[in-house]
Amino acid sequence: MLREILRRLVATIPVMGVVAIAVFALLHVTPGDPAVIIAGDYATAEDIARIRTKLGLDQPFVTQVGIWLGRIVRGDLGASIYSGLPVTTLIKQRAEATISLTLLAMLISILVGVPIGVLAAWRRGSWLDRGVMVFAVSGFSMPTFWLGFLLVYVFAISAHWLPVQGFQSIERGLWPFLRHLILPAVTLSVVYMALIARMTRASMLGVLDEDYIRTAFAKGLAPRRVLVRHALKNASLPVVTIIGIGFALLIGGAVVTESVFALPGLGRLTVDAIVRRDYPVIQGVILLVSAVYVLLNLVVDLLYVVLDPRIKY
Amino acid sequence: MSHLSRRQFLAGATATAAAVTIAAPRVHAQKKGGTIRFIPHADLKVLDPIATTAYITRNHAYMIYDTLFGTDANLAIKPQMVEKFGSSSKGMKWSFTLRDGLKFHDGQAVAAEDAVESLKRWSKRDPLGRLLAAHTAKLAAVDKRTFTLDLAEPFGLVLDALGKPSSNVPFIMPARIAATSENEPIKETIGSGPFRFVKDEWQPGNQVVYVKNPDYRPRGEKPSGSTGGKVVSVDRVVWRYIPDHATANAALAAGEVDWWENPPLDFVPKIEADAALATFITDPRGTQGWIRPNHRHPPFNNKKARQALLYIVDQAKYLKAAIGVEKYYRTCPALFTCGGPYESAAGAPGKPDLARAKALVKESGYDGRPVVVLDPSDIALTHGAALVTRELLTQIGFNVDLQAMDWSSVVARRAKKEPPAQGGWNMLFTWWIASDVINPAVHAGISGAGDGAWFGWPESGRIEELKIQWARATDRAKQKQLAEEIQKVAYDEVMYVPFGQWVLPTAHRKAVRGVLQFPAPLFWNVSIA
Repeated sequence: MLREILRRLVATIPVMGVVAIAVFALLHVTPGDPAVIIAGDYATAEDIARIRTKLGLDQPFVTQVGIWLGRIVRGDLGASIYSGLPVTTLIKQRAEATISLTLLAMLISILVGVPIGVLAAWRRGSWLDRGVMVFAVSGFSMPTFWLGFLLVYVFAISAHWLPVQGFQSIERGLWPFLRHLILPAVTLSVVYMALIARMTRASMLGVLDEDYIRTAFAKGLAPRRVLVRHALKNASLPVVTIIGIGFALLIGGAVVTESVFALPGLGRLTVDAIVRRDYPVIQGVILLVSAVYVLLNLVVDLLYVVLDPRIKY
Repeated sequence: MSHLSRRQFLAGATATAAAVTIAAPRVHAQKKGGTIRFIPHADLKVLDPIATTAYITRNHAYMIYDTLFGTDANLAIKPQMVEKFGSSSKGMKWSFTLRDGLKFHDGQAVAAEDAVESLKRWSKRDPLGRLLAAHTAKLAAVDKRTFTLDLAEPFGLVLDALGKPSSNVPFIMPARIAATSENEPIKETIGSGPFRFVKDEWQPGNQVVYVKNPDYRPRGEKPSGSTGGKVVSVDRVVWRYIPDHATANAALAAGEVDWWENPPLDFVPKIEADAALATFITDPRGTQGWIRPNHRHPPFNNKKARQALLYIVDQAKYLKAAIGVEKYYRTCPALFTCGGPYESAAGAPGKPDLARAKALVKESGYDGRPVVVLDPSDIALTHGAALVTRELLTQIGFNVDLQAMDWSSVVARRAKKEPPAQGGWNMLFTWWIASDVINPAVHAGISGAGDGAWFGWPESGRIEELKIQWARATDRAKQKQLAEEIQKVAYDEVMYVPFGQWVLPTAHRKAVRGVLQFPAPLFWNVSIA
């Protein structure tokens, strides 16, 4: 097991290398030149050329990639072309909001999605099942920004229960932290809630027809015990997979939610950097997100072993 | 066509200003302390006000730096850090003495040497600064508080340059910081202005924090524009960057922020209907929209093809598409803006005349090659103008290739001097605030310097000659006459075509008092109930 973990961790290095080069290449073929943006309105061609030299943009592509990879190996993601702040500082400033938002959204998605999926499967064909399916389809179809504004209108502007925007660090207290996160997390979670509910239902339907479930009911076990201890545990592999993928999708989905709720997160940092062609910041954030994605996949694979003893690495 | 007349526009702007002036007592009856939460128009990313012309950096600099001279609400230049100044030898020798007791945020006294070094760095970047430097024989400190400026040639704009209100503004920094090359960004943000920048709390893309500078010594006069007493009533100013307009609007309505610098005009009616909120025109001279042809490449390297553009533009139509709300815009033929000291209709075309435009296109020998029009589709006002222009250009016989892209791509693309088929362009759209186009020295669009001119690169020896004459004129009447002459040539050469002038209101909670009229948001004199 430990050997497998180490093997997988080592395997992430070439994956990250490929991601790094792909990101670098894509950015450099995208129209837009940070040197021109920095140079401003009155810049001469010489001014622009000087800035390009200073930023190293006049170097051949391979040299630029080499320099950048060399820095990454030393743990240096570079500095923003505009603010001059290190990319690691910018990421640290923004990480708490995105991590908090993503975790809370996933927690809500699981706490709601799994139980309603189980119930829908148990009561297949009932009004409850149909209700869950209607919710799932609506959840998939609802644009995040629209739902966000709707929640803001109802809970922040009309009822004044929660703030419209902003983020408070957990260091300033649990309630201020949660108050600012509830609406964005609910907004972000709805799609994944629907996804998890559907997947749980489908997976449970397959398991509920198994002989051992019938046997468990025949032994007189309480339905809750049968559903949770016997059925859900065996149906959980696809659900865990979808939760793992969901985390990655949540990081992407956070971009819109962070914009709607003005959360200072990594999503907004990335979008701002893309708009201004702030290459070091874009590269740094994408590299980080890719690393998180690779590690999440590893965690999911390891969870398979815990949930299903038949799986061995 | 129904549109706001110039008189109505000025009356409206004056009435708005008067209403706020009456409603908000200037310097007295202000509540002390508190925090102002403000939504700026853009994210502050660059801290060096000399390295960039970005308005957000200029606004940041007004918080933390002070200036030798300022511009008041009536565009008069008045001393700010300077206590006394004078000129002799027919304006060829100037002397400036700084006020006593001025201190930088690091506790060091402001010295004449700091002013000299700051002016030197500024004059290497700013066009008006370069002009001043080109006419200067010697700029040097005489003692701790006094410096002198000896001109090599007559120059009628010494005070206009030192009191320049918009980018690049000659802000005063410590000499050791001002000694940084003009091509390198400064590393420290130490000024002597009324607020201090809290660098530890700066989060690009999210917030900027300033605190009151307790050592600041304001002048005794009433504040007006960037002149007069910069009396700070609040303890702290927090800029919260909220890029989504709907969120910003909701945050203002819910009282989570106090002041929104630039609400889009489609949000303004809702803001005006809210009893807790107020709108205010901070810059009554407003903004001017441009259609800029590229003079380097066909078809607009031909004067007749450019002149055709003059006859297609019906400013009222453009403004309706680009701005939309009539009370905020006006048609204006003056290249140096309506409401400014050089307002004139000299050389402007008469009514739009598509038949004449068509004839001019034909006379130009246009060969049907695609005309590449850059359309910044993420900016509503220029996108609207681009769509109207495409229709009109097509009507007069041009084969239009409208290329939609984001503003950053336009900024990169406009610098390309290659032919349009090789990544260049034929036409772009932009806008400038009035302070940046108010006279021939600061106006980026009116330059005949060819490769050295602003994007579009017009070439006109006559314009350059007239601009030098204008800069050297020391008589206001002569300057006005020359500015009119420059405008005539600029229209004849079609340096650009203005598509109108508009003002944008700022919005704040009524608890915010004392907002001043100026092209940049100023936080002195402002209090919060």
